[in-house]
Amino acid sequence: MNAESVAFPAPSSLKVLPGTERAQAAYPYYMQFTAADDQRFWFYNSMHFPEPMSAFDMVTAEAAYCALGSSTTRVHCIPTTLGIDYRIINGRVYIGGNAVTDPAEIARRTSEFQQRAFYYYGNWERLYAQWREKMLALIREAQAFPRLELPEFEPLANVHAGRGIAANHQLLDVYQKTLEGYFRMWHHHFEFLLLGYGAYMTFFAFCKKAFPEISDQTIARMVAGIEAEIFRPDEEVRRLARRAVELGVDEEFTEGRAAQAIIAALGTRGAAGRSWLEELAASRDPWFNINVGDGFYHYHRSWNDDLSMPFAGLPGYIARVKAGESLERPIEALQAQRRQLIQDYRELLGSEQERQAYDQMIGLAHRVFPYVEGHKFYCEHWYTNLFFNKIREFGALLAAHGFFAREEDVFQLTHYELEAAIIDLMTSWSNGSPPRGPQYWPQIVAERRAAIAEWAKHSTPPALGPVPEVIDDPAIVMLWGITRESLDSWLRAGSDTASRELRGFAASSGVVEGPACVVKSVEEIGRVRKGDILVCQITNPTWAPIFQKIAGAVSDIGGSMSHAAIVAREFGLPAVVGTGTATSRIKDGQRIRVDGGRGVVTLLT
Amino acid sequence: MAAGTYIAWFEEIGLGDREQVGGKGGSLGELTRAGIAVPPGYVLTTAAFERFLAALEEKAPVRAAVTALKSYDLEAITDCSRALRQRIEAAELPREMLEDLTVAHARLVGASAEQPVAVRSSATCEDAQDASFAGLQDTYLWVRGVADTARRVRSCWASLYSVESISYRLTHGFPEERVAMAVVVQRMVDAGTAGVMFTRSPTTGDRSVVTIEAAWGVGSAVVGGEVTPDRWVLGKITGEISTREISDKQIQHVAAPGGGVATVAVSEEQRRIACLSDEELQQLRAMARRVERHYGSAQDIEWAIDRQSGAILLLQSRPETVWSAKEGAPIAKPEQDPLMHLMSVFGTRRCP
Repeated sequence: MNAESVAFPAPSSLKVLPGTERAQAAYPYYMQFTAADDQRFWFYNSMHFPEPMSAFDMVTAEAAYCALGSSTTRVHCIPTTLGIDYRIINGRVYIGGNAVTDPAEIARRTSEFQQRAFYYYGNWERLYAQWREKMLALIREAQAFPRLELPEFEPLANVHAGRGIAANHQLLDVYQKTLEGYFRMWHHHFEFLLLGYGAYMTFFAFCKKAFPEISDQTIARMVAGIEAEIFRPDEEVRRLARRAVELGVDEEFTEGRAAQAIIAALGTRGAAGRSWLEELAASRDPWFNINVGDGFYHYHRSWNDDLSMPFAGLPGYIARVKAGESLERPIEALQAQRRQLIQDYRELLGSEQERQAYDQMIGLAHRVFPYVEGHKFYCEHWYTNLFFNKIREFGALLAAHGFFAREEDVFQLTHYELEAAIIDLMTSWSNGSPPRGPQYWPQIVAERRAAIAEWAKHSTPPALGPVPEVIDDPAIVMLWGITRESLDSWLRAGSDTASRELRGFAASSGVVEGPACVVKSVEEIGRVRKGDILVCQITNPTWAPIFQKIAGAVSDIGGSMSHAAIVAREFGLPAVVGTGTATSRIKDGQRIRVDGGRGVVTLLT
Repeated sequence: MAAGTYIAWFEEIGLGDREQVGGKGGSLGELTRAGIAVPPGYVLTTAAFERFLAALEEKAPVRAAVTALKSYDLEAITDCSRALRQRIEAAELPREMLEDLTVAHARLVGASAEQPVAVRSSATCEDAQDASFAGLQDTYLWVRGVADTARRVRSCWASLYSVESISYRLTHGFPEERVAMAVVVQRMVDAGTAGVMFTRSPTTGDRSVVTIEAAWGVGSAVVGGEVTPDRWVLGKITGEISTREISDKQIQHVAAPGGGVATVAVSEEQRRIACLSDEELQQLRAMARRVERHYGSAQDIEWAIDRQSGAILLLQSRPETVWSAKEGAPIAKPEQDPLMHLMSVFGTRRCP
């Protein structure tokens, strides 16, 4: 490779796809690339935004980067980095770090950091307990938002009570509070996150120095919690399987039978059926508030929205219960294994001083890591689901008033445009004239849907702009796992498409061969057969119920601490995550070999 | 073990007996007693060597002949070496020694008189800091019967007076009266696969991995560099296999019809396939951990898998010397405030 080719295309050379210019223009001005951006390095955030983003879903990038940057730049003052800049083109989110390089400025920020972040570490348990309360209060607030209604006349009771505010105002009020809550949730999300990852990274870096050949997954296993929230949804499904057998209603759960049909049948099974349905209701609140994706897209619905995922796991678990398995996770044995692993590596260290430093670092990681594992359930899953469902309610209301055909169309509007549409509807309700939206939005919605379809057909460069000599922005290294080595492999990847191998993170050891089942959306999970190797874009705890069926797992996105990796290790399944291209390069039914210890997937046919 | 005995069985000896049984013998005894699978055997002790040498010195000086040499006078060394080796190889073992050897040999081979043995030198200064000295000694494989065993014992003793050995001792000022050699005699393992393993990475010094190199047949082809072995790297604690390099193994060492080893071509079907199964790799890892824990230091281990029984047997274990010698400052020290460790991630820019 010659010297000139060691750069990614400049942002200005990346063109908006023909015919999608207006859809691109819908994104706010501050997300558009400008000529000045050519001087900087950007990378495509395929980890969080692997598919083109609809106009509304961009709110996740806005809210998240606003909060992430506040934490790193102004709240905890991480010495060597400010926040993350982001741009969008063709529906793809590119991000860039903002490093601090001036030694004097680093020193100034270091002293701030130690007064702020160190205080958090020092008071972690109390602040984290407080965080939980704040987060649950935020969730309760969102749950309490009133239903959206535009009655023909203001209810008499409101008039007699002298309320003085009419129903149309409530639309704006609820919308703004919904949006505000989402931005606030992201601040909570980042309150501890970088600090938690930092403690993990500190231990990680030490292990890599002490044991140059240690695998990432081994370090992850030493730090990962055994009783983390991410295991709960699957544990609930196992519990429901046990209860179905105990109550004698298990024969209703047959492979492939729809969740609604099973629920209807149980409704006719008297007390036993009712008992099981009560158990289901208990599991659903809150543990089924978990999204089938990572929650960053409006179409990552929760188990509560679509019961097909948890129900897909029930027949397999029921069969195991009947075969005499307890299905309980052996918590104590898993904890003992983790202790042993930590102890065994400790013994290998070369000196007593290193052992003491190791104890300090793993001790800190264990104290703070439960936040890293736990926050996702509350933030990305539970709250995000409430948020998108509330917006969906606005979609239903606007659709009912002819603004567009379907409630889902609301996600083709930016959050600014949605507020405009709501005010349009409020005005129409108030003045009795028809709203203007029905003439305005349908063609725009159609145009944007077409643009997303077009964008999805084209791949986008993994990075843009000049290659930095070194990537040491702690936020980027921690959250995206991007290093100078990964950039080099991206630069090479262009010439590599004919290879029979895909590389990713070695997430869970073991070698397995089998037919690939390429699952691009959760609706397809019914196709997964026993012994298949699951190939998907991203897996998370919600996929756990089908992990019992599969022989291995491969994903486009994720690192060794990703939920897919954690769940795969728990199930003892070979897994390679973060391959980037598995779902596009592997054909459904193709035989593949997964080497989870080396992070290699080989195409065999 | 009792002082002055000629024969010492592995289960009777340990590292503390190195003066009498040599480094190799002491190590094999130590590991046998630690419960590691070692092919059974005994050591003809340095007392036997001294007795044999004394008989030889009665006729003409041996040690004095060496001491009189100058390290730069290669011609004189060569002449002396030739003469001494001839004398040693031609002399009979003293009668009582031969009787002891005959009894021991019968016990070792049991009912099958044709059971081959390996005869391996075990010098008292072997396994010292300079491992290269060990390489100067000899090993004889597939030796059958008492007479041939006695002959190969004398060959081992004679190797102590090779030109290279004598030169080495003269150059390094090694006192001649302290040079003695025990000889290990153990049941020959007819290895289907054999090789070496390191409990510390030869490339990075990592203590958390076991590197295993193996090829078909007897391990001499791997140790002697005559074949490119298959190579694996396993997590010592986890058993994860992070590297699998399967090479084209063109030749192997097998038993030669008349004793010793022969080099033969590996069959077409076997050349490019892994010579160890994952299960065998895990058994080797377990053995490596046991040996390392027993000694409390990193080890280089030679091993073989019996063609018939599939048993994994340890042939030799030596302390790792390269990385152990490089040990520098600790990579991290405990901090008064443990939070200061975090500054390595949050507060420093790495230089490109």
